[in-house]
Amino acid sequence: MSNKYVVAFDGSAASERAVTYAIDHARENGASILIAHVLEWSPYSFLTPEELEDRHKRRGEELARAKAALIDPVLASKAAEGVEIDAVIKYGHAAETLCSIATEAGATQVIIGRTGQSDLAARVFGSVVARLAQIAPVPCVIVP
Amino acid sequence: MKKSKLYSALAVFCLALISNPVLAQSIDESVNAMFSSATGWFVAFIFSPFPGTSFPWIVAWLVVAATVFTFYFAFIQFRAFRHSISLVKGDYSDPNDAGEVSHFQALATALSGTVGLGNIAGVAVAVGIGGPGATFWMILAGLMGMASKFTECTLGVKYRNEYADGTVSGGPMYYLTKGFAERGLPGGRFLAILFSVFCILGALGGGNMFQANQAHQQISGILGGYPGWITGVIFAVVVFAVIVGGLKSIAKVTEKVVPFMGIMYVLAALVILLVNADKIGWAFGQIFTGAFTGLGVAGGMVGALIQGFKRAAFSNEAGVGSAAIAHSAVRTKEPITEGFVSLLEPFIDTVVICTMTALVIIITGQLTMDATTGNYLTEGGRIVTATGASGVGLTSAAFESAFSWFPYVLAIAVVLFAFSTMISWSYYGLKAWTYLFGEGKTKEITFKVIFCIFVVIGAAANLGPVIDFSDAAIFAMAVVNIIGLYCLMPIVKRELNSYLDRLKSGEIKKFN
Repeated sequence: MSNKYVVAFDGSAASERAVTYAIDHARENGASILIAHVLEWSPYSFLTPEELEDRHKRRGEELARAKAALIDPVLASKAAEGVEIDAVIKYGHAAETLCSIATEAGATQVIIGRTGQSDLAARVFGSVVARLAQIAPVPCVIVP
Repeated sequence: MKKSKLYSALAVFCLALISNPVLAQSIDESVNAMFSSATGWFVAFIFSPFPGTSFPWIVAWLVVAATVFTFYFAFIQFRAFRHSISLVKGDYSDPNDAGEVSHFQALATALSGTVGLGNIAGVAVAVGIGGPGATFWMILAGLMGMASKFTECTLGVKYRNEYADGTVSGGPMYYLTKGFAERGLPGGRFLAILFSVFCILGALGGGNMFQANQAHQQISGILGGYPGWITGVIFAVVVFAVIVGGLKSIAKVTEKVVPFMGIMYVLAALVILLVNADKIGWAFGQIFTGAFTGLGVAGGMVGALIQGFKRAAFSNEAGVGSAAIAHSAVRTKEPITEGFVSLLEPFIDTVVICTMTALVIIITGQLTMDATTGNYLTEGGRIVTATGASGVGLTSAAFESAFSWFPYVLAIAVVLFAFSTMISWSYYGLKAWTYLFGEGKTKEITFKVIFCIFVVIGAAANLGPVIDFSDAAIFAMAVVNIIGLYCLMPIVKRELNSYLDRLKSGEIKKFN
């Protein structure tokens, strides 16, 4: 059975560490990697009529920007690592969307970097990492 | 630089006028006189009654249409109600389309355009003239109007224009031209132009002047009387900053606060109803008896009916065509799903929110009754109210009798509702404007400036002429739009049958 690791990636130093960790382990275990970037989005937010009109266009722009600024550079820099790497960009709530990406891809692990949010902020706003750890459909690795 | 000069000139002008109250007052008066003489003929035509009766043909036009659609689609508003809710919840949305406009967002935006002063002030006008019985006809019109909305919003999505850059433009102008061409019917282009003209008038009237007018009434009720044009100028400057200056942040804040204001309004009404729970039965009794006898109001049963139907149509805009513009931006492979979602709009707007307002006014005893006959006392065609207030003042007085601080909350709500409705309608008007004159920066700015000028006129004029013109302009849109809906309803039926078949066969899947 081929192993696949889903790695959460948002361009932060923590997510870079997660990618590095994932590559090391993937090489050892002959696994492939799927880098996942989630754009925060709620279908229940409120938009003005102009925003409705422009939404489809904006979505295209946001996807293109994420690809050019985050995904392409990381794929290029890790291309020579000798591990099969793919990437996906999705809209939704971060933790929930990571889980559905993992399920769809048939992943065996989800890997995410810990940002070291202050305790108070995490309590007030919740933390993606904590949420993911609670709901992940497969084993979840949290990289410090 | 230029803009700041403009603002400071405006401020100096305002100060000069404030320091001279006689001059200020006379500005209000001359605006009012000019306005009523300029629009009188149009109002008279739209509201002309059937010969020999007092029943305006336009009210019959709307109600007949809503009835026809209700029967033609076999009570779709009740059959599809549950499915509509699961569509809004996103049960049928493909997760891969996340990030696009959701059904919920299209509904919320369209609602913030319709939930406004019609629900607060309009209902008070209806109950103040037509008595509690007007509520019954209003609810009925709201329920039937769901079918009209279903029809127009389906067509709005089906025949929208999608441009290469991904933006969309939709609405009656587009389905009148494209839909008529597809069916080989003549006159589509003519109707589309006519609709656009009326839509611009409606945007300036009900979508603008009525809002400014009632917002002023509410603010001056709290701060004490002062000339209306001052409110008008302030509103105009803010609206100008948003629609011309691109100050999106204000619009964004409003769009986010308005839904909560709406929820708070309904909750406050519910609390008043709960406190007076023993009177709810009585209130419904008044509503039913009043619906068929009038309980002494001017025009009796017909008077109550006309008021109820008029206010419902004005509030939920079913059949008017405005919602078709707002809904057409949603991303869906099935236009009919947007029809399903939009039919919730008249329900929330009229059957829930308007009814709340009416019940609160009735239950708190704002309408004076002759104890011996059980009929309402009238004076000059209006029911005598406990505080002498009418329009938004009547609603305010009703809520105040339960919560003394409520007029302040209501004032904020009214201003925000008025503002969000203006923003929505400036968009509808602009779409009609660009349909007529083509896209282009100068053309768009011209419309937006005209729109801001009408804010001032609306705030300065008296309620009577403003409300008449607002109604007339919005109903004129419905005249054209409904002709189009009759001609195109077979297309909607085909879409509906095909969708329902595929839903049954499981071809259309639930994702959640």
